[in-house]
Amino acid sequence: MCTTCGCGNGETKIEGDAHQHEHRHADGTVHRHDHDHDHQHDPAHTHRDTAAHEHVHEHGQHDHGHDHSHGHAHEHEHVLPDGTVVRHSHDHGGVAAHGDHVHFGVGAAHAHAPGLSQSRMVQIEQDILAKNDRHARFNREFLAERGIFAVNLVSSPGSGKTTLLTESIARLLPSLPVTVIEGDQQTANDAERIRATGARALQINTGKGCHLDASMVERGLERLQPPDESVLFIENVGNLVCPAAFDLGEAHKVVVLSVTEGEDKPLKYPDMFRAATLMLLNKVDLLPYLDFDVARCIEYARRVNPAIEVMQVSATKGDGMDAWLAWVKLHAVTARHARVAPKSVAAE
Amino acid sequence: MHEMALAEGIVQIVESAARANDAQAVRAVWLELGALSHVEQEALRFSFDVVTRGTVAAGARLEVLTTPGLAWCMPCGESVDLARLGDPCPKCGSHQLQVTQGEEMRVKEIEIA
Repeated sequence: MCTTCGCGNGETKIEGDAHQHEHRHADGTVHRHDHDHDHQHDPAHTHRDTAAHEHVHEHGQHDHGHDHSHGHAHEHEHVLPDGTVVRHSHDHGGVAAHGDHVHFGVGAAHAHAPGLSQSRMVQIEQDILAKNDRHARFNREFLAERGIFAVNLVSSPGSGKTTLLTESIARLLPSLPVTVIEGDQQTANDAERIRATGARALQINTGKGCHLDASMVERGLERLQPPDESVLFIENVGNLVCPAAFDLGEAHKVVVLSVTEGEDKPLKYPDMFRAATLMLLNKVDLLPYLDFDVARCIEYARRVNPAIEVMQVSATKGDGMDAWLAWVKLHAVTARHARVAPKSVAAE
Repeated sequence: MHEMALAEGIVQIVESAARANDAQAVRAVWLELGALSHVEQEALRFSFDVVTRGTVAAGARLEVLTTPGLAWCMPCGESVDLARLGDPCPKCGSHQLQVTQGEEMRVKEIEIA
């Protein structure tokens, strides 16, 4: 998709989800290609889209106008990047669709070419992440119906997320079912490390993509089918920037920061620390050998997120693991009690 | 660089609105981006140019309206300006701030022909 850095969806691979074929021709040429078994399946999603489109068609293509002219003019003030302020108004000549916020101006205030096909403004007012957020809502419902507690673990590469996970799973598994969705650009190494603990894990390779998005997780959930009333850990791609913006449908984002990193990371990457409910300060067993100011780091985190909880842990030595796992169990119990009946049952 | 994914989201929204309005071309896309939103504008502009190639929005101008950041300061009990996440209240220096505006990432309107 992108010529430089990617983030295209085409390269996403979910274990077992894409068939890769290799054809060898008589002359020795080898062709490889993928089939991506992607499919649209959720009626709620398409319904929303279709509804919005129908709305647009209705107003856009029929000339028999609305008699109930709204007659209101919207005045806009645009501040351009160079500081110039542009004011103009749109007269909504009687065509305005509320609800999905599709308004049609009569003509663009910006169109200055009489005689030429006039350009016009179409108001859209849609969140850029609306599509991701729809998938995230679907995931959240899927999890709520099953009483599953989902945590989205985010951090920079090398913070010790996977070790933290394997240690956590080893302690949780006897009493609580755990599954894992592993996000990485490449390799299934982390999923294999998780499976060694006995937990089921699904690897999603984002290819050139720098974060998991909600539709990847939706496909992952379908394949993984986590058990009811379990804990689902989603290990995001190691990246303190991009995953902050993408709701996956999780209950909480937990950011892992290791004390071998800079204590000012919360200030450098405020979006992520703001998006997280809990910060795990990992590798605290190494503090005696480092020049890391724990109090200052926590203070920085609370500057960007006054409500963030903080726990100090060492996944390898066990410090703080009881507190962290108590947090997980508490939320798992809450998710179990809050389990909502599936819609089909609730409707009866 | 999630700006590529954001640009793809923008183009999907724009294409669908352009189709619904029988647009031959999209001349400009107006975005509203909050000053505190998860976007690096230069990266987004680059991504937008790449992603719109071969679409109805190819060559469209990208206009960005920046919404300033605002937060509710608990100690002051009033709304204050916030230029960046992590900055203190400009009045009392506290960090007990709740962002109330500036995280928007929206496609506002498009100019079509």
